[in-house]
Amino acid sequence: MYSEKVMEHFRNPRNVGEIPNADGVGTVGNPVCGDMMTIYIKVKDNRIKDIKFKTFGCGAAVATSSMITELAKGKTLEDALKITRKDVADSLGGLPPIKMHCSNLAADALHEAINDYHKKQEAKTK
Amino acid sequence: MRKVYMDHTAGMPVDPRVLEAMTPYFEKFYGNPSSLHSFSQEARKGLENAREKVANLVNAEKREEILFTSCATESNNWAIRGIAARNEKLGKHVITTSIEHMSVMNVCKHLMKKGFKVSFLPVDEYGVVDLEALKKELTDETILVSVMYANGEIGTIEPIKEVSEIVHSKNAYLHVDATAAMGQLEIDVQKEGIDSLTLSSNDMYGPKGVGALYVKRGTRLEPLIFGGGQEYGLRSGTENLPGIVGMGKAAELTKAEMEMESKRLSRLRDKFIKGLLEKISYSFLNGHPTRRLPNNVAVRFSFIEGESMLLNLNMAGVAASSGSACTAKTLEPSHVLRAIGLKHEEAHGSLLFTLGKQNSEEDVDYVVSLLPDIVKRLRAMSPLTPKELRENV
Repeated sequence: MYSEKVMEHFRNPRNVGEIPNADGVGTVGNPVCGDMMTIYIKVKDNRIKDIKFKTFGCGAAVATSSMITELAKGKTLEDALKITRKDVADSLGGLPPIKMHCSNLAADALHEAINDYHKKQEAKTK
Repeated sequence: MRKVYMDHTAGMPVDPRVLEAMTPYFEKFYGNPSSLHSFSQEARKGLENAREKVANLVNAEKREEILFTSCATESNNWAIRGIAARNEKLGKHVITTSIEHMSVMNVCKHLMKKGFKVSFLPVDEYGVVDLEALKKELTDETILVSVMYANGEIGTIEPIKEVSEIVHSKNAYLHVDATAAMGQLEIDVQKEGIDSLTLSSNDMYGPKGVGALYVKRGTRLEPLIFGGGQEYGLRSGTENLPGIVGMGKAAELTKAEMEMESKRLSRLRDKFIKGLLEKISYSFLNGHPTRRLPNNVAVRFSFIEGESMLLNLNMAGVAASSGSACTAKTLEPSHVLRAIGLKHEEAHGSLLFTLGKQNSEEDVDYVVSLLPDIVKRLRAMSPLTPKELRENV
């Protein structure tokens, strides 16, 4: 059902965990739906210096979370915001159609984290 | 790698003795049982022998009360639609439970579209049907009540005898889906007062593609397929003879071996459940602790999701099943788990192991030794896991 790449990320997820004092945190989904993920970012010179995730959910949810941390790491915030759900799925060699909607939330979580970072920065400068 | 199959409710191997009994009906006894010539005689004998054996398994009064179908889903569809259609002049009310198989649920929903009223009885936290609710719902309009013998997803065995007494006090028919109980529990349609009963072949190591419906003599049922008059004119079409012979052989073996095998499985089941609940914190049993199918180990673990557990188990060679939405085509958690009162997130964390003949005590020990690490790993990854648990399972 899953591509080899999805299974590889599921077996060895990258960047699992939390970042204490993260510069931005984004949470999407909820346990009622069966998928929920939180992405933590550390930003330096407008780039994502470190990124970690925590995920409750199915194989696709874990693999997409892991994948997005790889895609986003080192990117400028502007470029990271351009990463779409489709980019994540494509990088994983595709996802089963039924999983495209429900479990492919990682891009949303990343965008949330970046928005959170911007909000925090704004609050600081005020 | 060790391979452990614990998904017997989804599919079972065919017993080699069953396969051996079937083979001649593919290559030697290929005559049509309805023909007159000598080629058909063995075929006809095979058909009626199988009918007799299936009748014996559930203690039907006459072998003619057994009708062969293509699967348990067909049997459930036929019984419910067939009884409803034939008796609708007496009333348009049907009662069933909220934990039936989809092949009962969806037929009942279809009946609602056709103008029937259907009541779905609640169950308690263990999945036992609410008999008081049944008494309240039963009226003179009720023509049929459908209650499963046991639930394959949570293992709970229903009080069929009590249900039957209540149903018959109002002169309604009682249909029972015995699919999940096949090969594990002794069923006596006469003693238990059952009017129609769905039987499955593959659930007792018979072939897929065949099932049966017991219909007590005198029960008013519409024919399912019109044609050449096979199955007493109720389900026409040339019989799936190798399949039927296989189901007959499976019934014979089940009758002879079930008692010992059920005892063995019950022992394995209890060891399995005890091991998991002891070794893993925030773990719970789904379904009834004692009124339980011998092969059924249904558990749930907080803070994690079922499909992730299944994938991890599969990587370790273990085949199991889950009530999580993430493994279903509908993306909804199992209606059975919701009916016993589990929240969505609790249902998502469910696992179902169904044991069978080839499972040994070593298999159980193997899975019990694997699962704590899988749960620990997924909990470490989950944002729902409470802090104090992150280090320990």
